[in-house]
Amino acid sequence: MILQMGGKMDKSTLVLILAMSLFTLGIVGVIIRKNLLIMLMSTELMLNGVNLCLVTFAQMNGEMAGAVLVFMSFVVAAAEISLAIPIVLLLYRHKRTLDVSQFNQLQG
Amino acid sequence: MQFIENILGQLDNILLVVFGVFAFVCGLLMLILRDPMRVAMALVMSMISLGVVYGLLGVHFIAAFQILIYVGAVMVFMIYIIMLINDRDTSIKKRYSQFRPFAFILGVVFVVVFYLIFTKTGLITTNELKTFTINNFAKVFMNEYWFHFQLIAVLLMVAVIAAISLLRTPPLDEHQVQNSPNDTSNGGQNG
Repeated sequence: MILQMGGKMDKSTLVLILAMSLFTLGIVGVIIRKNLLIMLMSTELMLNGVNLCLVTFAQMNGEMAGAVLVFMSFVVAAAEISLAIPIVLLLYRHKRTLDVSQFNQLQG
Repeated sequence: MQFIENILGQLDNILLVVFGVFAFVCGLLMLILRDPMRVAMALVMSMISLGVVYGLLGVHFIAAFQILIYVGAVMVFMIYIIMLINDRDTSIKKRYSQFRPFAFILGVVFVVVFYLIFTKTGLITTNELKTFTINNFAKVFMNEYWFHFQLIAVLLMVAVIAAISLLRTPPLDEHQVQNSPNDTSNGGQNG
Protein backbone atom coordinates (compact mmCIF):
# COMPACT_ATOMS: atom_id res chain seq x y z
CA MET A 1 0.00 0.00 0.00
CA ILE A 2 2.82 2.34 0.91
CA LEU A 3 4.51 1.51 -2.38
CA GLN A 4 1.34 2.34 -4.29
CA MET A 5 0.97 5.63 -2.43
CA GLY A 6 4.61 6.50 -3.05
CA GLY A 7 4.21 5.65 -6.70
CA LYS A 8 1.07 7.66 -7.20
CA MET A 9 1.79 10.70 -5.11
CA ASP A 10 4.56 13.13 -5.79
CA LYS A 11 7.16 13.59 -3.07
CA SER A 12 6.57 17.34 -2.80
CA THR A 13 2.80 16.90 -2.61
CA LEU A 14 3.21 14.43 0.22
CA VAL A 15 5.49 16.75 2.19
CA LEU A 16 3.19 19.73 1.61
CA ILE A 17 0.19 17.74 2.83
CA LEU A 18 2.19 16.83 5.93
CA ALA A 19 3.17 20.48 6.49
CA MET A 20 -0.38 21.75 6.11
CA SER A 21 -1.82 19.07 8.37
CA LEU A 22 0.78 19.89 11.02
CA PHE A 23 -0.25 23.55 10.80
CA THR A 24 -3.92 22.61 11.15
CA LEU A 25 -3.21 20.35 14.13
CA GLY A 26 -1.25 23.17 15.73
CA ILE A 27 -3.97 25.76 15.33
CA VAL A 28 -6.64 23.35 16.59
CA GLY A 29 -4.40 22.56 19.56
CA VAL A 30 -3.97 26.24 20.39
CA ILE A 31 -7.74 26.66 20.48
CA ILE A 32 -8.94 23.54 22.25
CA ARG A 33 -6.30 22.96 24.92
CA LYS A 34 -6.55 24.75 28.26
CA ASN A 35 -2.99 24.42 29.48
CA LEU A 36 -0.81 27.39 28.59
CA LEU A 37 2.31 25.29 28.01
CA ILE A 38 0.50 22.91 25.67
CA MET A 39 -0.78 25.90 23.73
CA LEU A 40 2.81 27.10 23.38
CA MET A 41 3.86 23.67 22.17
CA SER A 42 1.06 23.74 19.59
CA THR A 43 2.42 27.03 18.24
CA GLU A 44 5.77 25.29 17.88
CA LEU A 45 4.02 22.60 15.84
CA MET A 46 2.56 25.32 13.61
CA LEU A 47 6.03 26.81 13.14
CA ASN A 48 7.34 23.39 12.15
CA GLY A 49 4.64 23.05 9.52
CA VAL A 50 5.49 26.45 8.08
CA ASN A 51 9.20 25.61 8.01
CA LEU A 52 8.52 22.39 6.15
CA CYS A 53 6.42 24.34 3.63
CA LEU A 54 9.22 26.88 3.15
CA VAL A 55 11.84 24.20 2.56
CA THR A 56 9.66 22.38 0.05
CA PHE A 57 8.78 25.51 -1.90
CA ALA A 58 12.44 26.56 -1.92
CA GLN A 59 13.39 23.18 -3.33
CA MET A 60 10.63 23.32 -5.93
CA ASN A 61 11.76 26.68 -7.23
CA GLY A 62 15.46 26.03 -6.79
CA GLU A 63 15.86 29.24 -4.78
CA MET A 64 18.04 29.35 -1.72
CA ALA A 65 15.99 32.14 -0.10
CA GLY A 66 13.46 29.78 1.44
CA ALA A 67 16.15 27.73 3.15
CA VAL A 68 17.76 30.91 4.50
CA LEU A 69 14.37 32.02 5.79
CA VAL A 70 13.96 28.69 7.58
CA PHE A 71 17.29 29.27 9.27
CA MET A 72 16.12 32.72 10.39
CA SER A 73 12.84 31.33 11.64
CA PHE A 74 14.70 28.74 13.73
CA VAL A 75 16.54 31.54 15.48
CA VAL A 76 13.37 33.59 15.88
CA ALA A 77 11.63 30.53 17.36
CA ALA A 78 14.45 30.16 19.87
CA ALA A 79 14.17 33.86 20.80
CA GLU A 80 10.40 33.56 21.05
CA ILE A 81 10.56 30.58 23.36
CA SER A 82 13.22 32.20 25.51
CA LEU A 83 10.80 35.10 26.07
CA ALA A 84 7.64 32.99 26.36
CA ILE A 85 9.06 30.73 29.06
CA PRO A 86 9.74 33.57 31.57
CA ILE A 87 6.27 34.96 30.86
CA VAL A 88 4.74 31.54 31.58
CA LEU A 89 6.83 31.31 34.75
CA LEU A 90 5.63 34.74 35.92
CA LEU A 91 2.01 33.84 35.16
CA TYR A 92 2.39 30.62 37.12
CA ARG A 93 3.99 32.47 40.03
CA HIS A 94 1.10 34.91 39.95
CA LYS A 95 -1.90 32.55 39.90
CA ARG A 96 -0.40 29.15 40.76
CA THR A 97 -2.06 27.64 37.73
CA LEU A 98 -1.53 27.39 33.99
CA ASP A 99 -5.22 27.17 33.16
CA VAL A 100 -5.84 29.95 30.63
CA SER A 101 -9.47 30.34 31.71
CA GLN A 102 -8.17 31.64 35.05
CA PHE A 103 -6.42 34.55 33.39
CA ASN A 104 -9.57 36.50 32.69
CA GLN A 105 -9.03 39.81 34.45
CA LEU A 106 -7.13 42.87 33.43
CA GLN A 107 -4.64 43.82 36.17
CA GLY A 108 -5.70 40.57 37.84
CA MET B 1 13.07 -11.10 -5.09
CA GLN B 2 11.41 -8.61 -7.38
CA PHE B 3 9.44 -7.29 -4.42
CA ILE B 4 12.56 -6.73 -2.33
CA GLU B 5 14.30 -4.94 -5.18
CA ASN B 6 11.21 -2.82 -5.63
CA ILE B 7 11.29 -1.88 -1.95
CA LEU B 8 15.02 -1.13 -1.98
CA GLY B 9 14.62 1.05 -5.05
CA GLN B 10 12.02 3.17 -3.33
CA LEU B 11 13.47 3.09 0.15
CA ASP B 12 13.73 6.86 0.50
CA ASN B 13 10.08 7.35 -0.49
CA ILE B 14 8.98 4.65 1.94
CA LEU B 15 10.97 6.21 4.76
CA LEU B 16 9.51 9.61 3.87
CA VAL B 17 5.96 8.24 4.10
CA VAL B 18 6.68 6.36 7.33
CA PHE B 19 8.27 9.29 9.14
CA GLY B 20 5.73 11.75 7.74
CA VAL B 21 2.88 9.61 9.06
CA PHE B 22 4.73 9.28 12.36
CA ALA B 23 5.11 13.07 12.64
CA PHE B 24 1.41 13.48 11.90
CA VAL B 25 0.38 10.86 14.47
CA CYS B 26 2.57 12.48 17.13
CA GLY B 27 0.98 15.85 16.31
CA LEU B 28 -2.44 14.24 16.69
CA LEU B 29 -1.40 12.74 20.03
CA MET B 30 -0.59 16.27 21.23
CA LEU B 31 -4.29 17.09 21.01
CA ILE B 32 -5.36 13.97 22.88
CA LEU B 33 -2.87 13.32 25.66
CA ARG B 34 -3.56 14.71 29.11
CA ASP B 35 -0.21 15.00 30.84
CA PRO B 36 1.98 17.94 29.66
CA MET B 37 5.10 15.80 29.84
CA ARG B 38 3.59 13.26 27.47
CA VAL B 39 2.54 16.07 25.14
CA ALA B 40 6.11 17.37 25.19
CA MET B 41 7.45 13.92 24.37
CA ALA B 42 4.97 13.62 21.48
CA LEU B 43 6.19 16.99 20.19
CA VAL B 44 9.82 15.86 20.50
CA MET B 45 9.07 12.73 18.50
CA SER B 46 7.22 14.79 15.91
CA MET B 47 10.19 17.15 15.57
CA ILE B 48 12.70 14.31 15.31
CA SER B 49 10.69 12.68 12.55
CA LEU B 50 10.46 16.04 10.82
CA GLY B 51 14.25 16.16 11.05
CA VAL B 52 14.35 12.79 9.29
CA VAL B 53 11.99 14.18 6.65
CA TYR B 54 14.33 17.13 6.10
CA GLY B 55 17.23 14.73 5.76
CA LEU B 56 15.34 12.64 3.21
CA LEU B 57 14.48 15.80 1.27
CA GLY B 58 18.21 16.47 0.97
CA VAL B 59 18.56 19.55 3.17
CA HIS B 60 20.86 18.04 5.74
CA PHE B 61 21.89 21.28 7.41
CA ILE B 62 18.26 22.13 8.16
CA ALA B 63 17.81 18.63 9.57
CA ALA B 64 20.77 19.24 11.86
CA PHE B 65 19.41 22.63 12.94
CA GLN B 66 15.99 21.09 13.53
CA ILE B 67 17.44 18.54 15.93
CA LEU B 68 19.89 20.94 17.58
CA ILE B 69 17.64 23.98 18.04
CA TYR B 70 14.14 22.56 18.38
CA VAL B 71 14.77 19.29 20.17
CA GLY B 72 17.94 20.41 21.90
CA ALA B 73 17.04 23.90 23.03
CA VAL B 74 13.34 24.67 22.75
CA MET B 75 12.03 21.40 24.13
CA VAL B 76 14.54 21.39 26.98
CA PHE B 77 13.08 24.75 28.01
CA MET B 78 9.59 23.28 27.84
CA ILE B 79 10.47 20.22 29.91
CA TYR B 80 12.24 22.43 32.43
CA ILE B 81 9.03 24.42 32.92
CA ILE B 82 6.90 21.26 33.11
CA MET B 83 9.15 20.07 35.92
CA LEU B 84 8.47 23.31 37.81
CA ILE B 85 4.68 23.34 37.59
CA ASN B 86 2.23 21.58 39.81
CA ASP B 87 0.87 18.42 38.24
CA ARG B 88 -2.52 18.73 39.98
CA ASP B 89 -3.42 21.69 37.82
CA THR B 90 -7.05 22.19 36.84
CA SER B 91 -6.02 22.42 33.20
CA ILE B 92 -4.74 18.84 33.40
CA LYS B 93 -7.95 17.39 34.80
CA LYS B 94 -10.14 19.21 32.27
CA ARG B 95 -7.92 19.45 29.24
CA TYR B 96 -10.28 20.97 26.63
CA SER B 97 -11.61 24.51 26.62
CA GLN B 98 -15.15 25.52 25.71
CA PHE B 99 -14.11 26.49 22.17
CA ARG B 100 -14.15 22.92 20.84
CA PRO B 101 -16.91 23.48 18.21
CA PHE B 102 -15.14 26.58 16.95
CA ALA B 103 -11.87 24.67 16.68
CA PHE B 104 -13.62 21.88 14.79
CA ILE B 105 -15.12 24.38 12.34
CA LEU B 106 -11.76 26.08 11.90
CA GLY B 107 -10.04 22.75 11.30
CA VAL B 108 -12.58 21.83 8.63
CA VAL B 109 -12.15 25.25 7.00
CA PHE B 110 -8.37 24.81 6.92
CA VAL B 111 -8.63 21.34 5.41
CA VAL B 112 -11.03 22.61 2.72
CA VAL B 113 -8.81 25.60 1.94
CA PHE B 114 -5.71 23.42 1.65
CA TYR B 115 -7.60 20.95 -0.53
CA LEU B 116 -8.66 23.79 -2.83
CA ILE B 117 -5.07 25.07 -2.93
CA PHE B 118 -3.89 21.64 -4.02
CA THR B 119 -6.53 20.93 -6.60
CA LYS B 120 -7.87 24.18 -8.03
CA THR B 121 -4.99 26.65 -8.04
CA GLY B 122 -1.80 26.23 -10.00
CA LEU B 123 0.38 27.08 -7.03
CA ILE B 124 1.57 23.54 -6.40
CA THR B 125 3.72 22.55 -9.30
CA THR B 126 5.43 19.21 -9.44
CA ASN B 127 8.91 20.34 -10.29
CA GLU B 128 11.74 18.12 -9.32
CA LEU B 129 13.00 18.92 -5.84
CA LYS B 130 16.49 20.39 -5.84
CA THR B 131 18.83 19.57 -3.01
CA PHE B 132 20.92 22.25 -1.34
CA THR B 133 24.33 21.55 0.06
CA ILE B 134 25.78 23.41 3.02
CA ASN B 135 28.35 24.86 0.62
CA ASN B 136 25.68 26.60 -1.50
CA PHE B 137 23.83 27.64 1.59
CA ALA B 138 26.85 29.20 3.26
CA LYS B 139 27.77 31.16 0.11
CA VAL B 140 24.29 32.61 -0.31
CA PHE B 141 23.86 33.18 3.38
CA MET B 142 27.08 35.11 3.89
CA ASN B 143 26.92 37.04 0.62
CA GLU B 144 23.31 38.08 0.24
CA TYR B 145 21.83 37.72 3.69
CA TRP B 146 24.60 38.94 5.96
CA PHE B 147 22.55 41.95 7.06
CA HIS B 148 19.65 39.71 8.09
CA PHE B 149 22.14 37.60 9.98
CA GLN B 150 23.26 40.67 11.91
CA LEU B 151 19.63 41.62 12.61
CA ILE B 152 18.96 38.11 13.92
CA ALA B 153 21.97 38.43 16.22
CA VAL B 154 20.57 41.71 17.55
CA LEU B 155 17.19 40.04 18.05
CA LEU B 156 18.76 37.23 20.05
CA MET B 157 20.61 39.77 22.19
CA VAL B 158 17.41 41.69 22.85
CA ALA B 159 15.60 38.45 23.72
CA VAL B 160 18.27 37.52 26.25
CA ILE B 161 18.13 40.96 27.86
CA ALA B 162 14.32 40.89 27.91
CA ALA B 163 14.23 37.43 29.49
CA ILE B 164 16.66 38.44 32.21
CA SER B 165 14.83 41.69 32.97
CA LEU B 166 11.47 39.84 33.03
CA LEU B 167 12.71 37.39 35.63
CA ARG B 168 14.26 40.17 37.73
CA THR B 169 10.91 41.93 38.29
CA PRO B 170 9.57 41.18 41.77
CA PRO B 171 6.66 38.74 42.05
CA LEU B 172 3.31 40.50 42.26
CA ASP B 173 1.72 38.38 44.96
CA GLU B 174 -1.24 39.47 46.99
CA HIS B 175 0.16 40.48 50.37
CA GLN B 176 2.68 42.73 48.71
CA VAL B 177 -0.03 44.51 46.74
CA GLN B 178 -2.22 44.87 49.81
CA ASN B 179 0.52 46.06 52.15
CA SER B 180 2.25 48.57 49.97
CA PRO B 181 0.21 49.51 46.91
CA ASN B 182 2.22 52.68 46.27
CA ASP B 183 5.63 51.34 47.08
CA THR B 184 7.74 51.50 43.93
CA SER B 185 11.17 51.50 45.54
CA ASN B 186 11.55 47.73 45.23
CA GLY B 187 10.70 47.74 41.56
CA GLY B 188 12.97 50.71 40.98
CA GLN B 189 15.93 48.95 42.53
CA ASN B 190 15.44 45.78 40.60
CA GLY B 191 14.52 47.36 37.33
